[in-house]
Amino acid sequence: MKVATDKKAGFECRAVESARADFPILKTEMNGHPLVFLDSAASSQKPRAVIEAINDYYTTQNANVHRGVYTLSQQTTDLFEESRRAVARFINAPSEKEVIFVRGATEGINLVAQSYGRAFLNAGDEIILSELEHHSNIVPWQILAEEKNLSLKIIPVRDDGSLDMDAYQKLLSSKTALVAVNHISNALGTINPVEEITKLAKESDAAVLIDGAQASIHGSINVADLGADFYVFSGHKMLGPTGIGVLWGREEILEAMPPWHGGGEMIESVSFEKTTYNELPFKFEAGTPHIEGVVGLKKAIDYLNQFDPAEIVQWEKELLNYCTEKLTAIPGLRIIGTTPDKTSVVSFLVEGTHPYDLGIILDKLGIAVRTGHHCTQPLMERFGIPGTVRASMALYNNKEDIDRLAKGVEKARNMLV
Amino acid sequence: MSINEKQDGIIDDFSLFDDWMQKYDYIIDLGKKLPIIEDEYKTEEYQIKGCQSRVWLRAYEQDGKVYFKADSDAVITRGIIALLIEVLSGQKADDIAGADLYFIDRIGLKEHLSPTRSNGLTSMVKHMKYYGLGLKKKLENHE
Repeated sequence: MKVATDKKAGFECRAVESARADFPILKTEMNGHPLVFLDSAASSQKPRAVIEAINDYYTTQNANVHRGVYTLSQQTTDLFEESRRAVARFINAPSEKEVIFVRGATEGINLVAQSYGRAFLNAGDEIILSELEHHSNIVPWQILAEEKNLSLKIIPVRDDGSLDMDAYQKLLSSKTALVAVNHISNALGTINPVEEITKLAKESDAAVLIDGAQASIHGSINVADLGADFYVFSGHKMLGPTGIGVLWGREEILEAMPPWHGGGEMIESVSFEKTTYNELPFKFEAGTPHIEGVVGLKKAIDYLNQFDPAEIVQWEKELLNYCTEKLTAIPGLRIIGTTPDKTSVVSFLVEGTHPYDLGIILDKLGIAVRTGHHCTQPLMERFGIPGTVRASMALYNNKEDIDRLAKGVEKARNMLV
Repeated sequence: MSINEKQDGIIDDFSLFDDWMQKYDYIIDLGKKLPIIEDEYKTEEYQIKGCQSRVWLRAYEQDGKVYFKADSDAVITRGIIALLIEVLSGQKADDIAGADLYFIDRIGLKEHLSPTRSNGLTSMVKHMKYYGLGLKKKLENHE
């Protein structure tokens, strides 16, 4: 696993169970109850190290990057670029030039759609998405498809929440120009076979984008082994700050792509007659970047690197199994998404109740869950449901959180049914 | 009874509750008792779009007064709808358009009517007032 390669030989990894104490917000209350935070798939909480890094940055380090000749600006630039190297190592990118800082996974997908898509996709080409996609990995392609007269093909989802790979193979053809799927489903937690999806796409010479928004917090990402062309993720879903994310792209493709946003930083020289563009990765980073976000993201990576990624995955699996077992015991409760290849997300419905009602009662009990369609309306439509209640767990959750959730759901059920 | 008398009555009722559970039990009960809107009105035309729960609203006029019928797929939303209907249905268009719905805040349910909750209730109140306003204009034009 990639993250482990950063560790020195003989370095003792911290036990995952010790993580909880590092998250100050988990000691707060909501509606008079100790907070049970089960909405990490929407946004994860931040460890003290990340919070302090942002504070330290503004206290001692603030200056614009890549510009000043003075020492402070140089130091900030070093810090900024060190973070880029940390990201490259974290995802095992062959070169740090391939790491583009963006606002989040959504912006990364839009960048690819607007730059790569507009330059290299042609009328009649097909883009394959899946029924599991977040709106962020649907709408940018719809905008592009409308503009360029492309068509979208959708991989259907099986009843257990996994992708129908046979159907996927049938969708692939010489017309397939791009395949864009998520690594892990935000609504159901399904872990998609992205290696196989990529391999099959490559047999049809299609470009591949993987939306890793839900994957980066759970363990290792290895873009070099994956073989895809683009991989995107968001800092705030992996213990880092909001407003910062990463687009990784293969160097030769990024080189060939035209810039998307124009402005400072992304240029080499500007005249009113002709502007030439900066080299990678700066070509895609117009304007002053989200410096403290980049600094905080590195801290989040450093934080995650203290743990053995296999142990994070194992702990989350234990939480998932415990949660599944506890919730399944509640009469009338149905879990949507039951494939064994799942991360720590439990999406459910309780017969005779609406997700909104359940969410309101759980909120009163200090339990934060997500209710609704999770920005995956086509998926909800596929299951014929208005939405679900979603409990999503991260390394800082424990079994007590799940006990509180199960008790809360039972209480809500008693009140509502 | 005027809109404000109705609101004060609800505030009195809610003052009897000791905790949030009693309050929500009552709202859920109101939600379950709210007469079901006829299926013919549960259409896109009558639907008020909300992110979390769906709300349908229908208004009609009788003897210069405005009457409302509404429904939702979420029972807590239905309970709050029942309260809004109790206060606004059967009132004069003019009064509805200008109503200050202070009872929501006073009974501690303001969070349900915040625009960020996106449960369709904020839009519903807006629509109820529009109906009032629309009917008021209609009556004025007839004079």
